[in-house]
Amino acid sequence: MLSQRIIETTVGLFMLAAIAALLMLAFKVSGLTSFFQREGYDITAEFDDIGQLKVRGPVKIGGVTIGEVTKIHLDPTTYRAIVTMHIDARVKDIPKDSSASILTAGLLGDNYIAITPMYAEDFLANGNQIQNTHSAMILEKMIGQFIFNAGHSTKDTSKNATNGEKT
Amino acid sequence: MVSTLTKMGQSGLLLLSQCGKAGLLLSSVVLRKPQFRKGFSLVLQQIYAEGVLSLLIIMVSGLFIGMVVALQGYHTLVKFGASQQLGPLVALSVLRELGPVVTALLFAGRACSALTAEIGLMKATEQLSSMEMMAVDPIHRVIAPRLWGGFISMPLLTIIFNAVAIYGAFLVGVKWLGLDAGAFWSNMQSSVDFNEDVLKGIYKSVVFGLVMTWIALYQGFYAVPTSAGISNATTRTVVYASLAVLGLDFILTTMMIGGW
Repeated sequence: MLSQRIIETTVGLFMLAAIAALLMLAFKVSGLTSFFQREGYDITAEFDDIGQLKVRGPVKIGGVTIGEVTKIHLDPTTYRAIVTMHIDARVKDIPKDSSASILTAGLLGDNYIAITPMYAEDFLANGNQIQNTHSAMILEKMIGQFIFNAGHSTKDTSKNATNGEKT
Repeated sequence: MVSTLTKMGQSGLLLLSQCGKAGLLLSSVVLRKPQFRKGFSLVLQQIYAEGVLSLLIIMVSGLFIGMVVALQGYHTLVKFGASQQLGPLVALSVLRELGPVVTALLFAGRACSALTAEIGLMKATEQLSSMEMMAVDPIHRVIAPRLWGGFISMPLLTIIFNAVAIYGAFLVGVKWLGLDAGAFWSNMQSSVDFNEDVLKGIYKSVVFGLVMTWIALYQGFYAVPTSAGISNATTRTVVYASLAVLGLDFILTTMMIGGW
């Protein structure tokens, strides 16, 4: 039998190894970073329809990730979705009249918010709201609209054709 | 006809009394006043015997299982042009299922069988009854530290298994098959949730640890004190513990997915 001191030390090492492994699982594997929120500021934006946007979805300017979505909730009076975003502190100067749109990464990928900078002289600060927004493109709606339009236009042309024949 | 009925009744009653004895054993360990100062060093010794000494087999199997899952997954995913999703595939299957279950099965073979044999031999050589003669309760002195030792060791071993398996998958996927390391980790991070995947796997392993050590201790404590009896008890420990793990895994998974 080993002495009690050696047993205590090895058990301590075992526990440390397990804690290190848990930290690796937390930060490297599951990307748990919300406990230590990075330095930055919050801005909000109102959308008619956010599609499949989720909390922790990326916020990008020109394809570069500059922050993440921290909260999504519904305005109870206007029934629009209010999205709160956390922007990194290193991106300070986003013009106030910039527009936010919800785009999809690839054809079937996740949604993200793309901010398009404009030319105003003053910049967004903590708690400000982006006024100019574009909702998510929803594939089903677009297909529905396309079919509706297609049906309309063929009717129109057929009407025109018949009119043409009459005149 | 009547004799078969009596035999069935007898075996039923025997099963019932065994369940009762096992329940009493567990309750006498769990429901007693904890003695932290006296019990601490005993529990530490058991964590050493059950946890630290199992570490090598757990880490080696974790490494190889992670590597094999990555290799198999890669060759299937590459057919769909989705080899970038190898990270999530390995991480989710290891964290949710393979980690807790394989660790538990190895633990049953490595630690639980040793527990049963040790306690069975203590009983056969009348160490337990001599303890009672000295007014030392064998349940508090022998059984309780072993139960807590297994209860604490299992989740720690599972966490280490998970980490090593994912590292093995990283070795095969990135270092050998040449996937992009950034895509491997970032796809993994975007689809693995800490509460949903990592913690639920660890909850499973806590339950497995308690149930397996309980089975092992019961089988040892009530073993027939002969050499044949101890060998039977050890075999039963491994069989029952493995079956209990697989059955409980199904039940726990349904509970977790069903959102109970």
